[in-house]
Amino acid sequence: MTAAGTVARTRSVALSVAWRSVHNAFHNPAILLPSVLFPLFFFMAFAGGLSSVQNVPEFDYRSGYTSFQFAFICIQSAAFGGVFTGFAIAGDFEFGFARRLLLAAPNRSGIVAGYMIGAMVRWMFVLAVVFSAALISGMRIDGSLGHLLALLVLALVVSATSTLWAAGIAMRLRTMQAGPVMQMPIFILLFLAPVYVPLHLVAGWVHDVAQLNPFTALLETARGFIAGEPTKVALSAVCLVAMFTLVVGWARGGLHSAERAG
Amino acid sequence: MTALTHSPMPAQVGLLAARAIKGTLRNPAQMVFPIVFPLVLLAVNAAGLDAATDLPGFPADSYLDFALAIPFMQGALFAALNGGQDLARDIEGGFLDRLAMTPLSGAALLAGQLGGALFMGLISAVLYLAVGVAFGVGIAAGAGGALVLLLLSLAISSAFACLGTFVALRGGTGEAVQGFFPLFFVLLFLSSAFFPRDLIEHEWFRTIATYNPVSYMVEGIRSLVISGWDGQALAQAFAIALIAIVGFLALSARALRTRLVRT
Amino acid sequence: MTHERAIDVAGLVREFKGGVRAVDGIDLHVAAGEIYGFLGPNGAGKSTTVKVLTTLLPPSGGRATVAGFDVAREGAKVRASIGVALQDVALDPMLTGREHMRLQGGLQGIPRAERARRGAELLDRVGLSDAADRRSKTYSGGMKRRLDLALALLHNPRILFLDEPTTGLDVQSRTALWDEVERLARQEGTTVFLTTQYLEEADVLADRVGIIDRGTIVAEGTPAELKAQVAKPTVEFTPRDAGQCSIAAAALAPFGEPVAARRDGSIAVRLESGADQLADIVRALDHAKIAVAHLALHEPTLDDVFLAKTGRSLEGAADGGTAEEIAPPRRDRVAA
Ligand SMILES: Nc1ncnc2c1ncn2[C@@H]1O[C@H](COP(=O)(O)OP(=O)(O)OP(=O)(O)O)[C@@H](O)[C@H]1O
Ligand SMILES: [Mg+2]
Repeated sequence: MTAAGTVARTRSVALSVAWRSVHNAFHNPAILLPSVLFPLFFFMAFAGGLSSVQNVPEFDYRSGYTSFQFAFICIQSAAFGGVFTGFAIAGDFEFGFARRLLLAAPNRSGIVAGYMIGAMVRWMFVLAVVFSAALISGMRIDGSLGHLLALLVLALVVSATSTLWAAGIAMRLRTMQAGPVMQMPIFILLFLAPVYVPLHLVAGWVHDVAQLNPFTALLETARGFIAGEPTKVALSAVCLVAMFTLVVGWARGGLHSAERAG
Repeated sequence: MTALTHSPMPAQVGLLAARAIKGTLRNPAQMVFPIVFPLVLLAVNAAGLDAATDLPGFPADSYLDFALAIPFMQGALFAALNGGQDLARDIEGGFLDRLAMTPLSGAALLAGQLGGALFMGLISAVLYLAVGVAFGVGIAAGAGGALVLLLLSLAISSAFACLGTFVALRGGTGEAVQGFFPLFFVLLFLSSAFFPRDLIEHEWFRTIATYNPVSYMVEGIRSLVISGWDGQALAQAFAIALIAIVGFLALSARALRTRLVRT
Repeated sequence: MTHERAIDVAGLVREFKGGVRAVDGIDLHVAAGEIYGFLGPNGAGKSTTVKVLTTLLPPSGGRATVAGFDVAREGAKVRASIGVALQDVALDPMLTGREHMRLQGGLQGIPRAERARRGAELLDRVGLSDAADRRSKTYSGGMKRRLDLALALLHNPRILFLDEPTTGLDVQSRTALWDEVERLARQEGTTVFLTTQYLEEADVLADRVGIIDRGTIVAEGTPAELKAQVAKPTVEFTPRDAGQCSIAAAALAPFGEPVAARRDGSIAVRLESGADQLADIVRALDHAKIAVAHLALHEPTLDDVFLAKTGRSLEGAADGGTAEEIAPPRRDRVAA
């Protein structure tokens, strides 16, 4: 097969896997609903219930608490979307469907890429729902369209990264019971970041940890885009590239492990 | 089984509760997450929302004091979830049918099942209280207040456990109970658990929190921690818990009767 | 490109964690266009062999090429040449039959325009047209197997691997599948590597049979060759006049040693040099002026082959005719 032929085939595999992932989500409420309702609910609870905290004098975010929380939900839902896809991958390996993919794909990385694309597409649907809810509840956007697109790209990379992370575990353990192992670290990273208030208002040891947490930079950058005041963009970009590179290796190792196990 | 048939009702309850508790203890992993998770969330929230204590009118000096009530609620939720799932497993696995063959009374069955959930609720409540005190939370109502706090959290655990039992009996499957779990959390998050009701800015949220019975349960526990003896808050909390216990118990008894007839 | 040999295996070993050598140094060759039957009891290593040959499992030792490509180093090229239906169907319960075909078409890189047409054609061929728009979770076991087979055929593979394709199928579906496999091999020149636990299936369908037991190949050849190798046919003869038995026995003595006959009043002889001697036997009987009431030739079965090679019977011991066929119960044998 020529190099171009291999690329075309790999793309075809990736798109097919992505199609299935999206198709299944939209034909099965048990998959789609949680991934939409959870972010929507967190958004409602945080933006609705905690907004007074923005009246603290040192709370210095200019676009309001709804925007402040929307940025968090954006990142959170992208990260959790990847984990939900990880559950599906684990199920495919546990129940044998993955063999169909392994047997058909000339280049098996295409399978993982397909899951990743599927997760991103699914997340964009979630985003559309949460974004509509945010607009309805009067979210202020001070950033330009360019800023919003940058936010979209940032969250998409988060989605891809968390999918590869979860895929790496799913392909190593190959059982749905691995769910908590995928979810817990992401959950902890997300909540050891400035979720409710800007970093300088976070108290105690969580503040110290949050300073080292890459998600802190990602959150600040995301909030900066909505406020039209890009913040720590370079740092976030470096964090994203570094994390993405790491999880690519991690997922590749997972794929090898799955290949060895048949 | 033969011992059971000839025992008086309290002994029946004891046997069933012992079984439920043993089941819980035999699977310690099942207990770790429900106990640790609320503490992690408490730590994160205490740090993240401590700034809120600077707001004029915030009723506590430290958000940790204010939020200590939340783990008690979550502990009750997890206890209800575990109890409900145990019962659902008994239904799916046919153990309930086996019990139905014995002259065991329905009330004993329910009480025994609740015993397991309450045991877990109590353990986690004591633990939360100890952790809170260790991290410098003062109980405003004093040592007697701490005792009442444990009593109240036991009542709240019972209320949720009765709900869990009802869902398990009606649904009959572990998935039905699991599917109910998010609803418990929605109730908790859309209450005054994370912010004092009078400081919630959004009208719609304040309205939901005001009609949400969970708000009053939380406020009852919280009053003992941050403001001392508040008769009204305590009365409301106990009343709601008791109403829930009686109501869900009655519903469970009915569901149990239909299930035992049907199967 | 044509290959003399579609599948070439030398000294293949696959060892699992814990030291189980599921495949323990096998050699086999399958010519292009041939139907190769891989026969063996539960746990013999059939599925493991299939997984190694189809690149689902790397070998632990030895060498194997499929369609001329090394399974360990040229996995992608091997996969492009083969179609596989594994023992456990690999279906997504949420997808319909048609959606499965569409997905498989994409995975195989079949041009978009062609996907729907080929998918519909194959669904029709396996008799699933009516169920094409139902989710596979509503299919019966046999329907799932047929869908799995259709998916394996979608990209016109030159080599087809079928792991116990007829297990769980009713008699009708089984015959239909046999016909389809024959058609693929005879008309389209597809090479078929098929595992089975059924002697009859291997006997009817396979051009050549390999018998595997505990990870090693114990016998290989055409069904006729195999049978001829181990067990010679017996001829059984009933004289019209029971008094002629002893004369008949004397007349047959040169052809082989006498064995126990199945009918009363008969004599049976195991033929030393195969069924070719039948004409001579008839002539000899004629010469001795013995009137024949009944004459039968009993061919050995593949089970006789298995028995001879392993000392155990492949099929249920109850079917066996002689005492030695009652095999000791095996740990991994499951009652059929
Ligand atoms: N993943 C694995 N890990 C460890 N051992 C395995 C694994 N897969 C198969 N085996 C072992 O390898 C041996 C051969 O198994 P295999 O599945 O190849 O047998 P088979 O001939 O296909 O049997 P069946 O007729 O039951 O399908 C068995 O002893 C089995 O337990
Ligand atoms: Mg097998």
